Amino acid sequence: MRTEVCKGCSYCLDFCPSKCIEFSKDFNAKGYHYPVLVRPEDCSGCDLCGLYCPDFAIFGVRLKDLEKRIQARHAEAKAA
Amino acid sequence: MSNASRDTETCAMEDAGAVAPAPGLEMQNPIMPYLRQERIPHIWCPGCGIGTTVNCFIRGLEESGLDLNKVAIVSGIGCTGRVAGYMNLDSFHTTHGRPIPFATGLKLANPELKVVVYSGDGDLFAIGGNHFFHAARRNMDIMVVCVNNHTYGMTGGQVAPTTPLGATVSTMPFGNFEDSFNLPFVADACGAVYVARWTVYHVKQLARAMKEGLAKKGFVFIEALAPCPTLYSRRNKLGDGVDQLKYFKEKSVIRHGANTKDVGLSFQGEIVVGKFVDRERPTWLDAMNEHFAAHFGDQYQPYGVHHG
Repeated sequence: MRTEVCKGCSYCLDFCPSKCIEFSKDFNAKGYHYPVLVRPEDCSGCDLCGLYCPDFAIFGVRLKDLEKRIQARHAEAKAA
Repeated sequence: MSNASRDTETCAMEDAGAVAPAPGLEMQNPIMPYLRQERIPHIWCPGCGIGTTVNCFIRGLEESGLDLNKVAIVSGIGCTGRVAGYMNLDSFHTTHGRPIPFATGLKLANPELKVVVYSGDGDLFAIGGNHFFHAARRNMDIMVVCVNNHTYGMTGGQVAPTTPLGATVSTMPFGNFEDSFNLPFVADACGAVYVARWTVYHVKQLARAMKEGLAKKGFVFIEALAPCPTLYSRRNKLGDGVDQLKYFKEKSVIRHGANTKDVGLSFQGEIVVGKFVDRERPTWLDAMNEHFAAHFGDQYQPYGVHHG
């Protein structure tokens, strides 16, 4: 999530299949409430929020993919 | 994609509060390499659907597996016309209504390119209407994405050829009395080989349509209905962008292969979405090559045959 480019349109909140995102109480620099992940255990990482986000701010990632990426990065570091 | 890796604005997962931050967990949004980072944040209003269509286009582009050095994007003027400026592809921002003539020239000068025209309803069908008809008639091998928000967003919400009957806009303060275009029907009648309509609510389907459109040879037309919360929705008291998306969700009916005659839009009425036309026709270059080869025989050297 890049909070600074969020315009608070609430697409990600309303269309999250597991309803795990809510508006923050804080404002970003432009004065919008940005979304925060309040129930991380419910998030499946489907990236529907990323597909809906018109401001390219939020995105989701599946933990499996994330682990793969971390392993790849470790392997890269080792090779270097 | 030379600047794909530069300027990577990373974000740590602790922002999202999902997982305890650990080294190596910083990552960036997967679509970021496709955007010109220095131009983000964009100028579109909060709740505008154009960004979502761009998102879908990027996903389609990613899945299509095309060489990004051989994809060009052309836009006209308007809110949607700014897409060419935000995409990290070879792009051109043409004069008002002229993205299709420019794209035609681009395609004919370099048939290797996959040329995408990304523009709004006013630009493509009002100012540039004539060009659309003839490019579709000739079956020029370009893909046209029309983001339809029913009004002229950038200039103050004037009545557009796509404004539904009865909708209030700045130049029709007592409601619109002009009949509107049925865009898929126009494209079908003019001879487009692929015609689809989706809304910003149907993100997955729109991304798939973009992918199919990029793979299809010939004149491809994809209409994406998007909310304009600042002008169209506000004047018609329809709430903000999310309320329009909920309307898209409730009132849209998926009907693949529907007769395009029956898919016209009405004010807040039913929206028929789906893939309406998918057919084969020789493209302009193919037809030209075939014609001259038949006429001149071996003397004629076909132009751009390997790429269509």
